[in-house]
Amino acid sequence: MIDFGFSVSPSSRINLDSVDRESFAALAKLEPDVLKCMACGSCSASCTASQFEPTSVRRAILSLQNGQVEQALDLLKGCMMCGKCTMVCPRGINTRHLIISIQKIYGK
Amino acid sequence: MIYEGKKKIWADYQKEIPEDHYFYVRSCIRQSFFPASEATFLDITRNKLGKDIFETKHHTTCGGIAYHSDAIPQETSMTIIARQFALMKKYGYENYVCSCITSFGLYCETLETWREYPELQQKIADNLWKSCRLEFAKPKFLVHASDLIFKYRMQIAAKSKFKLVNQKTGEPLRVVEHIGCHYSKMFPSKGVGGAEYPYVLVGMIEAWGGQIIDYPERRHCCGFGFRQYLIKGNRGYSVSNTHKKFESMEPYKPDMIITNCPGCPYFLDRWQYVIAETQGKTYGENGHGIPVFTYEEVAGLVMGYDPWDLGLQTHQVSVEPLLDKMGIPYDPAKKYLGRNGKDLGQPGKPHCLK
Ligand code: SF4
Ligand code: SF4
Repeated sequence: MIDFGFSVSPSSRINLDSVDRESFAALAKLEPDVLKCMACGSCSASCTASQFEPTSVRRAILSLQNGQVEQALDLLKGCMMCGKCTMVCPRGINTRHLIISIQKIYGK
Repeated sequence: MIYEGKKKIWADYQKEIPEDHYFYVRSCIRQSFFPASEATFLDITRNKLGKDIFETKHHTTCGGIAYHSDAIPQETSMTIIARQFALMKKYGYENYVCSCITSFGLYCETLETWREYPELQQKIADNLWKSCRLEFAKPKFLVHASDLIFKYRMQIAAKSKFKLVNQKTGEPLRVVEHIGCHYSKMFPSKGVGGAEYPYVLVGMIEAWGGQIIDYPERRHCCGFGFRQYLIKGNRGYSVSNTHKKFESMEPYKPDMIITNCPGCPYFLDRWQYVIAETQGKTYGENGHGIPVFTYEEVAGLVMGYDPWDLGLQTHQVSVEPLLDKMGIPYDPAKKYLGRNGKDLGQPGKPHCLK
């Protein structure tokens, strides 16, 4: 192999035909409000834990929709259940409860 | 591909291409990348088809690469272009044909800008007079050289010695067509068949017996992207673009790729080497790559030109598998012989790419 000083970057393409989408359907059944998220990011902006750990409900929801479960669970690892995100969500999603539901469906 | 649907789109985008009498301008980079393409274009149009294609040694670059790399401002490239158009008028022509897609896109952009801002056109006309003492003119018809080969495709087919058909199986060759982004993505009405599914190369492939492959990343850029390539730190973007295209076309097992831009055949050809050397991956059969051609080279092959006279030995991806499929005879011993049998020397062999 030759080092040219540049190379192919890994593709960020997600093939939705080959990821697990059933679990997200199960989550949506348990917690229908997850479908109301408009990805505004208010939850992430208000999250105290995100100052110290990469924590974001918004990104976790998006990752789950794309079948990137590990990434989503990582984004919720730092959550301390304070509920600040629930207070700011303009869609009235009970994000704190949603996080618990995500753990129920996807948690190991 | 829903063929009937494409036919309707193509019917909406037809441009007028005069039959004859053109002022021809070359590309600055094609001469070194694919050295016989332009000579083949001139030979086919002038000598085989008897057309009047005029060329002058006084024409220059259009300034496109410098413009797209932010090295010169738009007004400078416009003045260079005004000089080219003025030369066309000086030599008594009003149809303008250019070899390069970057130039073609920039000519379209310039003419549109002048149409929208007549005061800018006047300023450029003044610049031209002050700097060159040439009279400002605009072409009546602006076409790309691939438009002309498209126009003459049936005449070329009538004179063909070989077809885009696998001689062993009798099946049409599976061809990927790749159109330069600047051909019609900026001004869809200026390209044959529009921006979404340009017909210009498809028409040639159909006329010469091949079968077109439709694949997900068909309209994706080849990866050149000017600054993506010109700055070394950005070249990962360029090769990643190309990689994405090859990954997308691979399952359809193409026999060859035809392009109509200077940059596309270069990057689709050379980056196959870089992908092979960095990823260990090749996309053709038995460790070969997928051979990439300019439309003039393919027209030349179909008409029975010697592959080495077409400059096919300068390609990175070896073309022999395709020549064998088409049943085109060639002498391997003459591959690296130049004019009058002069030995051009052998290039180094890649590790992964056959
Ligand atoms: S509940 Fe968790 S995610 Fe929401 S603000 Fe608190 S720490 Fe952040
Ligand atoms: S605040 Fe609510 S709507 Fe906004 S991103 Fe977070 S969960 Fe979604």
